[in-house]
Amino acid sequence: MATVQERFDAIVVGAGPAGNAAAYTMAKAGLKVLQLERGEYPGSKNVQGAILYADALEKIIPDFREDAPLERHVIEQRIWMMDDSSHTGMHYRSEDFNEEKPNRYTIIRAQFDRWFSSQVREAGGIVLCETTVTELVKDTKGNVIGVLTDRHGGPLLADVVVMAEGVNGLVGQRSGLRDELKPDNVALAVKEMHFLPQEVIESRFNLKGDAGVVIEAMGTITKGMTGTGFLYTNKESVSIGIGCIVSDMSKSGIKPYNLLDSFKSHPSIAPLIAGSEVKEYVAHLIPEGGFRAMPEIYGNGWIVAGDAAHLVNAVHREGSNLAMTSGRLAGETIVWLKRRREPCTSVNLAEYKKRLEDSFVLKDMRKYQKIPALLHGNRQLLDLYPRMMSGIAQTWLRVDGKAKTAKESEIFKSVRKQRGLAGLVADGLRFARAWR
Amino acid sequence: MGTAPTPAAPSRAGMKKELPERFKSYKHVWVFIEYEHGEIHPVSLELLGEGRKLANKLGVELAGVLLGGNRAALQEAAVQVWEHDADLVYICADPVLEHYRNEPYTKVMTDLVNTYQPEIFLLGATVLGRDLAGAVATTLLTGLTADCTELAIDDEGSLAATRPTFGGSLLCTIHTLNFRPQMATIRPRVMAMPPSAPGKKGRIIEHAAGLHEIDIITKVLRFIPDRDSNKAQLAYADIVVAGGMGLRSPENLQLVRALASVLGGEWGGSRPLVQKGWMDADRQIGQTGKTIRPKVYIAAGISGAIQHRVGVEGADTIIAINTDRNAPIFDFAHFAVVGNAIEILPALTDAFRKRLSVNRLAG
Amino acid sequence: MHIVVCIKQVPDSAQIRVHPVTNTIMRQGVPTIINPYDLFALEEALRLRDRLGGTVTVLTMGPPMAEDSLRKALGIGADRGVLLTDRFFAGSDTLATSFALSQAILKIGETWGVPEVVFTGKQTIDGDTAQVGPGIARRLGLQQLTYVSAISEVDLAGKSITVSRRAEGGVQELKTALPALITMLEGSNEVRRGSIGDVLRGARAELVTWNAAAAGITEMGNCGLRGSPTVVKRVFAPKARATKAVPIETRERDAETIAEDIIAQLYATQPALEAELLRTAAGY
Ligand SMILES: Cc1cc2nc3c(=O)[nH]c(=O)nc-3n(C[C@H](O)[C@H](O)[C@H](O)COP(=O)(O)OP(=O)(O)OC[C@H]3O[C@@H](n4cnc5c(N)ncnc54)[C@H](O)[C@@H]3O)c2cc1C
Ligand SMILES: Cc1cc2nc3c(=O)[nH]c(=O)nc-3n(C[C@H](O)[C@H](O)[C@H](O)COP(=O)(O)OP(=O)(O)OC[C@H]3O[C@@H](n4cnc5c(N)ncnc54)[C@H](O)[C@@H]3O)c2cc1C
Ligand SMILES: Nc1ncnc2c1ncn2[C@@H]1O[C@H](COP(=O)(O)O)[C@@H](O)[C@H]1O
Repeated sequence: MATVQERFDAIVVGAGPAGNAAAYTMAKAGLKVLQLERGEYPGSKNVQGAILYADALEKIIPDFREDAPLERHVIEQRIWMMDDSSHTGMHYRSEDFNEEKPNRYTIIRAQFDRWFSSQVREAGGIVLCETTVTELVKDTKGNVIGVLTDRHGGPLLADVVVMAEGVNGLVGQRSGLRDELKPDNVALAVKEMHFLPQEVIESRFNLKGDAGVVIEAMGTITKGMTGTGFLYTNKESVSIGIGCIVSDMSKSGIKPYNLLDSFKSHPSIAPLIAGSEVKEYVAHLIPEGGFRAMPEIYGNGWIVAGDAAHLVNAVHREGSNLAMTSGRLAGETIVWLKRRREPCTSVNLAEYKKRLEDSFVLKDMRKYQKIPALLHGNRQLLDLYPRMMSGIAQTWLRVDGKAKTAKESEIFKSVRKQRGLAGLVADGLRFARAWR
Repeated sequence: MGTAPTPAAPSRAGMKKELPERFKSYKHVWVFIEYEHGEIHPVSLELLGEGRKLANKLGVELAGVLLGGNRAALQEAAVQVWEHDADLVYICADPVLEHYRNEPYTKVMTDLVNTYQPEIFLLGATVLGRDLAGAVATTLLTGLTADCTELAIDDEGSLAATRPTFGGSLLCTIHTLNFRPQMATIRPRVMAMPPSAPGKKGRIIEHAAGLHEIDIITKVLRFIPDRDSNKAQLAYADIVVAGGMGLRSPENLQLVRALASVLGGEWGGSRPLVQKGWMDADRQIGQTGKTIRPKVYIAAGISGAIQHRVGVEGADTIIAINTDRNAPIFDFAHFAVVGNAIEILPALTDAFRKRLSVNRLAG
Repeated sequence: MHIVVCIKQVPDSAQIRVHPVTNTIMRQGVPTIINPYDLFALEEALRLRDRLGGTVTVLTMGPPMAEDSLRKALGIGADRGVLLTDRFFAGSDTLATSFALSQAILKIGETWGVPEVVFTGKQTIDGDTAQVGPGIARRLGLQQLTYVSAISEVDLAGKSITVSRRAEGGVQELKTALPALITMLEGSNEVRRGSIGDVLRGARAELVTWNAAAAGITEMGNCGLRGSPTVVKRVFAPKARATKAVPIETRERDAETIAEDIIAQLYATQPALEAELLRTAAGY
């Protein structure tokens, strides 16, 4: 088998949001880019629906709205605190979100990633699917100079390798550039697509046209584990899922699909998906360890972006935007070095980190760096509080002949009994501090 | 490259339904009688039952078409065709037709059609039937609908052929506009076997093939028959027990085999079992496997996906064992056993074994 | 030796869903693949080429995006890809498809040499008719070899080929003249994985794209809807069975009791069954 002789300016591992952003940015600038994806096609491993944050993509492809496969733009956000039979919620819905260039969309990754990848091709990048990168190739000095794949005829050589391989980061791990994932730092999310006719979705969620709703849910649905549930409306389907920190899962022994089943049968959720046809069940990891769990993100001849760099803001459920932004900044850094005819050494690639620091990416990561540990150490936030709020709401709303003053003191007493005043204050303070 | 038959049909009449003058004389329903190694394939008899209904509806005759090498043998076979209610049988005997080969069979069939002009022509969707139908339809430049599950005559007297589409998730009804004959293939066991009327007689029309071996380019060097002992006789078994991914391991397929053997039936399974290499492809039941019509079908650990469903729906009684009470198989099974197949199958085998052997001793 | 392989890009039907209300196909997110049966044809063609030398041209008719399937085929090892695409081909049934493909094959023959063998898959998973292969053979006057499980001999000088073919009740060993059309039986070989060089070449190759005129097709009446004698009148969902399955109680019962219950219910529905089973059992 003949080996491939040519050398690429950059090799990108993975065709998720991060890899596509990096490959597109570099190809568009005229670099010779080779992108490798292990899936049958970009997005094939990502059938689920998700939220797309327009801003991050706009900075890469300004007029993406013209042809990207978008499902619905989000006009309503519901945040639900759930106990076993109720939910207490905040809904924010605004006509302002029906703007000309909406800010958030629901998307189906299988289609979106595919479209994004087609943009990479159009920009001149070469995308090879069904090709898994097995390890990095280093020269005698330990500098990364290319990759090996699971196909005959390697290695493939490049000036720099962008690792955008997603949360597992196996390539980096195998090549000794990063540690194994810690169960405390990743959540396991399971997700299903439920098909429903468009009219049904629109009437159940009170929607018109392309408008959509997002529900984020927490509370007893995670059975005392740190995690959240969610439901997104797509055009003709609803994405529903739930995720918890892996170490919690293994401690509790609860099976992820059981968790999803009980979330789906919750009386507040079940009617929303009644009569639907389930299409796909996927399980996927999310890096939720925050800033403190980030690995090294650059070195001699290599750079890391997206989930592989652990860039996820779990509090705001943002991931793809950090992935795209980090991918773009990685690409821009490499283009910048190329233009200056500088090699992609560790020293030069430090520019990438600097650009990340200047962007919202590392600012947000820093801001929330204490949250994961906080949630993890204080499960009451996700279990007790939803129960308490539901109890309060019920006492307050149920008209049963009791005097309102009696109700007030009942509420107050029950709150004190369940958490204690000191506990309440402490939780509040801890949370405020972590948030700051 | 060889000489292409001139594409006739100078202008397609488009979507408008208006039968050209030259096709107006096309009448009667034909069934291709698949006759090989001295036997008529059961699917041909099934189609005679279906053809009879169409012919009655149209008030026309039903004919079988028999091709083969030996005239006497064909005449004998024709009796069986009459007994399955054909009014007449076209026979073409010629040594060249002894073993099926596409070229001479296509030639003879197109001659027959052009000479005797049937309006409907049905063939079994077997390996042979599909090989022949595609070639004949293209030569005649007419429409052919494959793998039909239902045939009917519409108000205007044309054939409405219904078949699965999009991987079996939907059905569609197809018409052949403006061309004759209207051709369709139907898989074995999709239509019920009609009763036969012993002694019933009909007519024979003999047709000369006018072929010479020397002109036939393809030669049969050898025919290696399948060893019957190893072959699944799934399609025609009265009792079929099948397993799916719910069996969880290839070893548990033994549970299915054991039950089938006690019942004197056949065994099979869903497609993933073939894909995983747990069993041979000829035991696969469903759209891309065998269609079955047993009296009893026991499905253990099979979810009942549409592609599986279309292959078993003709069973008289379907008993489904599945741990998931919402499994789609319960939408078309007759008896729903919500439970673990790995436990229930051996119990069922034992129970049947006891009953069948105890009673045997008593009798 | 020149070999043409016809491949079709099809929706991955495992992932197709039907809209429960309108009974239309929900194409949302349904990926397309090379018709799986065609891969066996492609692999067999590549093996012939590797053994005897020559080139393999893959041909597909479909919308512009069918280009993906050609690139994939090149990535597996094919030498050349031809995309036949024209809005006049829309709505083709098998007769019209075989017309367009056969014309393109004639053009391929004029351009790069007359092929000795044309391959198709056994059938497609969307059309599922197994008619296009025989259709092409008839239109080009090629010897038709369907359901071929092995090619034992190719004699290029003597222009002959010997194959094993799945027939009813057995395997036929056939010898015929070239050029021939072969539809390959599934499972008869294992599709290779192209090398990194192949996939790179596939990704970058210049594909040949022909519209009807470029393929030398002048009789437009034989193409697309106009050239299709069959029309789809109605598409509908299989109807649900009117009666639900009779549940056999399993909760808090042991397997033996369940088994007895199943047998009792079965015999009750099919009174003649018990006697038949006994007869069969006695026959052992
Ligand atoms: C259930 C769930 C819901 C989510 N919801 C949202 C949301 O609503 N909004 C949001 O912004 N974020 C969301 N996220 C997070 C978001 O999906 C990720 O942050 C984002 O996909 C990261 O992009 P990426 O490109 O880094 O990685 P990925 O999307 O994981 O892409 C990595 C790609 O690399 C490929 N690959 C991996 N290894 C190799 C290899 N060795 N060789 C070749 N290719 C390889 C993979 O096949 C994959 O295509 C969600 C995550 C999950 C799990
Ligand atoms: C073009 C195409 C053609 C196809 N053709 C066919 C075909 O011809 N035939 C075919 O069968 N499929 C076919 N399929 C595949 C079909 O879509 C399904 O994937 C397949 O039938 C599923 O097989 P299964 O029910 O065995 O497995 P699964 O869908 O995995 O179901 C396993 C079932 O077992 C149950 N179960 C688990 N454990 C137990 C237990 N201990 N006891 C009892 N039940 C248990 C589960 O609840 C589940 O319902 C085709 C698909 C396509 C796309
Ligand atoms: N549009 C097409 N383009 C190329 N080849 C096709 C096309 N349609 C069918 N074929 C070939 O014909 C075979 C049989 O198709 P079908 O008759 O649709 O089952 C397929 O396996 C393909 O090899």
